[in-house]
Amino acid sequence: MTPRSDGPEELPIRADDDVVRVRQLVRTYAQQVKLSLVDQTKLVTAASELARNTLVYGGGGFARVEIITADGRTGIRASFHDEGPGIPDLSLALADGWSSGKGMGLGLSGARRLVDEFDLDSEVGRGTVVMVVKWKR
Amino acid sequence: MERVPILKIGGVLLVSIQIDLQDQSVLALQEDLAEKISATGAHGVVIDISAVEIVDSFIGRMFATIASISRLFDADTVVVGMRPAVAITLVELGLTLGGVRTALDLERGMRILENIGRERGRTGLEAR
Repeated sequence: MTPRSDGPEELPIRADDDVVRVRQLVRTYAQQVKLSLVDQTKLVTAASELARNTLVYGGGGFARVEIITADGRTGIRASFHDEGPGIPDLSLALADGWSSGKGMGLGLSGARRLVDEFDLDSEVGRGTVVMVVKWKR
Repeated sequence: MERVPILKIGGVLLVSIQIDLQDQSVLALQEDLAEKISATGAHGVVIDISAVEIVDSFIGRMFATIASISRLFDADTVVVGMRPAVAITLVELGLTLGGVRTALDLERGMRILENIGRERGRTGLEAR
């Protein structure tokens, strides 16, 4: 079934301090649906990793945050969009420890472990969209 | 960009992070600390993160980097006050913070530095 959506709200990711704003927006949404403190922290941390990826590797873009409901559950969906170079090898990029050199190689794989749903869509030369969902338990 | 203030208490530098850290602030803090340790001859650095709501891989790496830099100046680093939700998230993220000493709170962190100092023949919190 198609989840009912609330929002969405978008924020540009063009500079360093935009990453902080994205974290704050995601936290506001997570608090609104009353995610547990641990789940809020996990989601915000994942959002921070992904927003930084959008900035550093994607050359900037935007984040979209919304409340979704499906099958009687409520959750937060956050997606990160860029029109950067894209990721040539998705499975490699998702492997633990893989890094293009600027990080620890935990960004994508680490973020995936912190959320309930994770979807990565990337095309070389076109850009990347990463979508994550955290459901209220 | 906001800068994180560094306080000097005897031979220890205290960094209490009270802002939502952006990456530039993290880098500035690393540089400021290196300068300050070198200038003051501090033997210990305490980073208080009790007000920090999230530690992602960039911020986590900062702790390891600061610990390594301090080491080069013969100073020890202790990270104190990590929130439980942050600890759980860090482990799941896969960040082990290897080589970074931690303590439950500021008091215990200071005690750890005192003990290390004593082992090395320094006297408590006195500056060298």
